[in-house]
Amino acid sequence: MNKLRASVLMRHEVGLHARPSVKLTKLAKAFESRIDLGLSPDGPWVDAKSIVKVMATKAPKDSTIYFRAEGSDAKAALEALVTLVDGDFQDGR
Amino acid sequence: MRLAPKRHDARQKRSPAEEHQALVDALAASQADLAALAGEVEDADAEAILSFQIALLEDDSLSAPGFARIAAGELANRAWSAAIDPEISSYDQAEDPYFRARASDLSDLRDRVLRHLAGEADQALPAGVIVAADDIPPSMFLANDWRDGGLILRRGSPSSHVAILARSRGVPMIVGVDVDYLEDGRDALLDGEAGLLIVDPDSDTRAVYCQRRDEQSKLRQAAASFRGPALTAAGEPVQVMINVTGLAELEALDPANVDGIGLMRTEFLFQGREQLPTEEEQYRIYKRMVEWAAGKPVTIRTLDAGGDKPIVGLTQAGDINPFLGVRGVRLSLRHLDVFRQQLRALTRAAVAGNLKVMVPMVTVPEELDQCRTLLAQAVEELRREGQQAQLPPLGMMVEVPAAALTIEDFNADFFSIGSNDLIQYVTAVSRDEPELADLARPSRAVFNLIRHVVDYADRAGRETSLCGDLAGDPAQVAALLDQGLRILSVAPGALGPVRAAISRYSGPAA
Repeated sequence: MNKLRASVLMRHEVGLHARPSVKLTKLAKAFESRIDLGLSPDGPWVDAKSIVKVMATKAPKDSTIYFRAEGSDAKAALEALVTLVDGDFQDGR
Repeated sequence: MRLAPKRHDARQKRSPAEEHQALVDALAASQADLAALAGEVEDADAEAILSFQIALLEDDSLSAPGFARIAAGELANRAWSAAIDPEISSYDQAEDPYFRARASDLSDLRDRVLRHLAGEADQALPAGVIVAADDIPPSMFLANDWRDGGLILRRGSPSSHVAILARSRGVPMIVGVDVDYLEDGRDALLDGEAGLLIVDPDSDTRAVYCQRRDEQSKLRQAAASFRGPALTAAGEPVQVMINVTGLAELEALDPANVDGIGLMRTEFLFQGREQLPTEEEQYRIYKRMVEWAAGKPVTIRTLDAGGDKPIVGLTQAGDINPFLGVRGVRLSLRHLDVFRQQLRALTRAAVAGNLKVMVPMVTVPEELDQCRTLLAQAVEELRREGQQAQLPPLGMMVEVPAAALTIEDFNADFFSIGSNDLIQYVTAVSRDEPELADLARPSRAVFNLIRHVVDYADRAGRETSLCGDLAGDPAQVAALLDQGLRILSVAPGALGPVRAAISRYSGPAA
């Protein structure tokens, strides 16, 4: 199995709150690949398409978010997710 | 008045397949509700909460354990609760106040689905209902018409936000009640003033309360038709202003009936939201208040967060003793980005009318000096940008005993005594400790401090008002006037009774 990986620093001022989590899971669901999210390079991993699981990480500001993806569009998925987090969830005020 | 039903347990046992379908339908119906609501709301915060709830409903991992329980023979409502309750309690235990607050979004969602399972309509409370609950969110309070109704809460305190909202709307409310003993649907009378709930009142009691309610509503009407200055029995004018938390409370009020806004609590603009309000949003609200007052003074207090008023992303979680911690101006001076935005909004709105800026929790003169510098900088900055701005009078809340004792050291344009905090700091008694309510009553120690401040302010030619709950208590009005106070700021619901108490006042007791 070939899993692609990526990581990005989250600078959102309040952490992985409802609004950013909704955006992240919506974007993840747009891809066919299986996508996991974790707060360390070794997991534990949660399904990046599940708002329940993503919110449960309660990731604070300045955490690094790790993604791993597996599937036909894994590369595009990781790029899109990293761009979203790096762009502060297009949420900058 | 009836106690509102609050649980939805009545279900007949059916086959697992039927129960499965019932949950599928309830989830779909809830999703449709939320989508419809999301289409109606206009503010970004409400929209964000709704889209979070919709996303939760779309997430199979939330409902999967529920469906598994149904397959094992459980009723749909119990299965759904069992699936979502662990999520709720995990948020409830979160350290971060933002995540903790999400527990109420999840329980809201749980109850919505349960209502659909029970075939109940959406929860618009009928008029005349007394709601018994652990606690309710301010949003739910604001969404309902509480005419002839009231609130009995297990949690919450007289200084909680729902309590403040209830007081300003004249809705009776008691807290610290063991609500488990209360049955749904019983007739009851709620006496907020005496802190009494009378379940199944007999016809005599009922008649007494009906009469009293009629009298009170007449009194309120009389108060609403009151015009011109409030006068003591000796003919001395006393200014009576109002405490508000936002524009909504002003809608029902005619500015002709009040002497101005004595306290606008801006923390309500900051609370329960995902993002702090922008300068522009604040400016528009402050400006509309000033316009509403039509030349009368509008005193806007800068953010008084911390203590019992946490704000996401701003206040510190886990302060050992939040009331002695980083709150009020202490917090603002540590978050200059947020503070500067507020000061910019205030100096812009000051152009529109009679706006004053008041700083909470000032302890030493340097804090107020810093605020004055920042205020002047905001005006300069705005003018450089080509925007209109004006330097408003800058005053301070007197609520820390250290400030009250050395009041002559402070370069303030006016003073406003915050009696709630002053009493708790002078007596070393928490506002939320029901067992010590006796000690928390205003004592000679408190009145002496008030007199000290008023005396100095009179000598120095500066105005002093009192904007705490003490001013809204008709029984305390005479004692406050005795100390020389001639400006009181009260919750809008207290205007009538306070004016009446002033008109009975004939001068200092001999």
